[in-house]
Amino acid sequence: MTTNSIQLDKIPSKTKAKVQKINGGHGLIQKLQVMGIRTGQNIILSSKQPFRGPITIKINDRELTLGRGMAKKILVEVIE
Amino acid sequence: MGNPNVGKSVVFSRLTGANVIASNYPGTTVDFSKGRLKLEKETVEIVDAPGTYSLEPSNKAEEVATKMLDTADIVINVIDATNLERNLYLTLELLEKHVLMVIVLNLWDETKHVGITIDYKKLQELIKIPIIPTVALTGEGIKQLVNSLKNATVNEKIKPTSHEGRWIEIGTLIKKVEKVEHKHHTFRDRLADITMNPITGIPFSILVILAAFWMVRQIGETLINYLFNPLFEQYYRPLITIISEILGDNIWHTILIGEYGKEIIFEESLGMLTTGLYVPIAMVLPYIIAFYFILSVLEDTGYMPRLATLVDNVFHKLGMHGHGIISVFLGLGCNVPGALSTRSLETRKQRFISATLLSIAVPCMAQTAMVFGVLGQFGVIYIALVFFVLATLYILLGIIMNHFVNGSSPEIFLEVPPYRRPSLQALLKKTWMRIRWFLKEAIPFLFFGVLLINILYHIGVMQVISQVLTPFMNTLFGLPGEATTSLLVGFLRKDLAVGTLIPLQLSAFQLVIAVTMLTIYFPCVATFAVLLRELGLKDLFKSTILMVATAGSVGFILRLILLGFP
Repeated sequence: MTTNSIQLDKIPSKTKAKVQKINGGHGLIQKLQVMGIRTGQNIILSSKQPFRGPITIKINDRELTLGRGMAKKILVEVIE
Repeated sequence: MGNPNVGKSVVFSRLTGANVIASNYPGTTVDFSKGRLKLEKETVEIVDAPGTYSLEPSNKAEEVATKMLDTADIVINVIDATNLERNLYLTLELLEKHVLMVIVLNLWDETKHVGITIDYKKLQELIKIPIIPTVALTGEGIKQLVNSLKNATVNEKIKPTSHEGRWIEIGTLIKKVEKVEHKHHTFRDRLADITMNPITGIPFSILVILAAFWMVRQIGETLINYLFNPLFEQYYRPLITIISEILGDNIWHTILIGEYGKEIIFEESLGMLTTGLYVPIAMVLPYIIAFYFILSVLEDTGYMPRLATLVDNVFHKLGMHGHGIISVFLGLGCNVPGALSTRSLETRKQRFISATLLSIAVPCMAQTAMVFGVLGQFGVIYIALVFFVLATLYILLGIIMNHFVNGSSPEIFLEVPPYRRPSLQALLKKTWMRIRWFLKEAIPFLFFGVLLINILYHIGVMQVISQVLTPFMNTLFGLPGEATTSLLVGFLRKDLAVGTLIPLQLSAFQLVIAVTMLTIYFPCVATFAVLLRELGLKDLFKSTILMVATAGSVGFILRLILLGFP
């Protein structure tokens, strides 16, 4: 894991990032993988809802909403 | 079988001619429906399964899907062609099961718009399963699909592997068959951004909801004033008058039309042919038509998951997550589909809270029509008061239950489909299906309700109940004993209570108390039956205690505030 790793919910909106690691149990990893969130995958953070609301990301042009708690467990590296 | 929101239900309707509800959000189908298809010589049964992302289910609807797999002879795996990679995961899992299979690449026309090219023939060669590209919405490719069913095959070479193994396989497949061109921002992308960005999205959602309710009211009122009322007054009243004369003064007249010799008032005469028909058809149905049409527009464009994202924060504090808003919206039309849709929530706690709040604080169209019908003459402020109380209850009870109900409430994890332009034909068909359902449920219950009230009155049971409960009703809720009748028949159909409340000549505040309690205390029989199935006896019992307790306390508090101390 590189030093550039940052929790997914910490990056600003409209940022492109690459998934580095999912900090979670087997169940969570499987759940995220099925929806396309996998190590090495490029994603774009499309929007964040205020007051610790859910975040929406874009993977392969598909949008997906996930809670902050889950987002915290996804470590990414900002690409641009 | 296939992932959520890939168009399985549309493919199913095309194959069988059966009507099932399809919308543009994941989790529309929560139960399976069966239909028949005639092949050359034999008739086969086709089952429409709820969507699932994998064979390891994460909610009740997905469980239904995976259980059904064991009963299938042939699996038709429907894939969203615009999202091949993710969809192939379930396909691989299915292939590992070695069931006879055909693959449908649906939404084939969409691939061109988003710049994806798939060499499906090559994919077919690679996995050795027949693949048919379709556009189910227009029917393109359905014939080929029917013909291919006899070619359904098993690929014995595919052996069970790990999650990782599957993803590696998918990666290799995708590289060989799919090309993605980069497309520039389209209007749809911009709209998607505007509606999801909190700064613009929240005002937008408020506008959408206000506009939706305004439209429902406009369409509903127009239908009543220009269609249903004229029909009843000009054609139906003369007919009823003739029947009244033929019948004369007897018990049949009372049951069918109402008290003999009195002027016939459709809302309150309490006859099967008068109130029993007028209330559902001329008072509730127009709003049902309007509501479901507008709801279908919201559903088919793909706005609902976005709304779910925006309200997730609030719903999370109530022990659910954003998807709960879908149950609320469906429930505003009729509580039954609302209660069914709670299946797409993951845990027992979430389903319990969602279903209980739905029965207590979400008025169905019949209840709303009752509120408007009873309080409309006094002014909008009284109607607003009822809805304010209900909304407050939804939030308050949600927060309380979130604290006291055991179990977890996982966070939202929801696919947001692209915006799609709804087809008018699909909208009308869906509205019609939901209306037909209402007519089938509502009219028998209203008929039966009217009959029951008349019989109970005739043998004097109602009078006894009223008398016994008068002091109780009076002190606690400031209502006359006769209002008990409304509470009793309200269990059968809420809209029926209109007919029993209006003749009591209550004050506006008394009516506010009565209709609020009526909305809260019990859902109708039909919803009750669904809740029993969804929650189980034990949880339904708890839920019912909550409903009655809430109705009682709210009635009492409102009485103190609105009518003063006894």
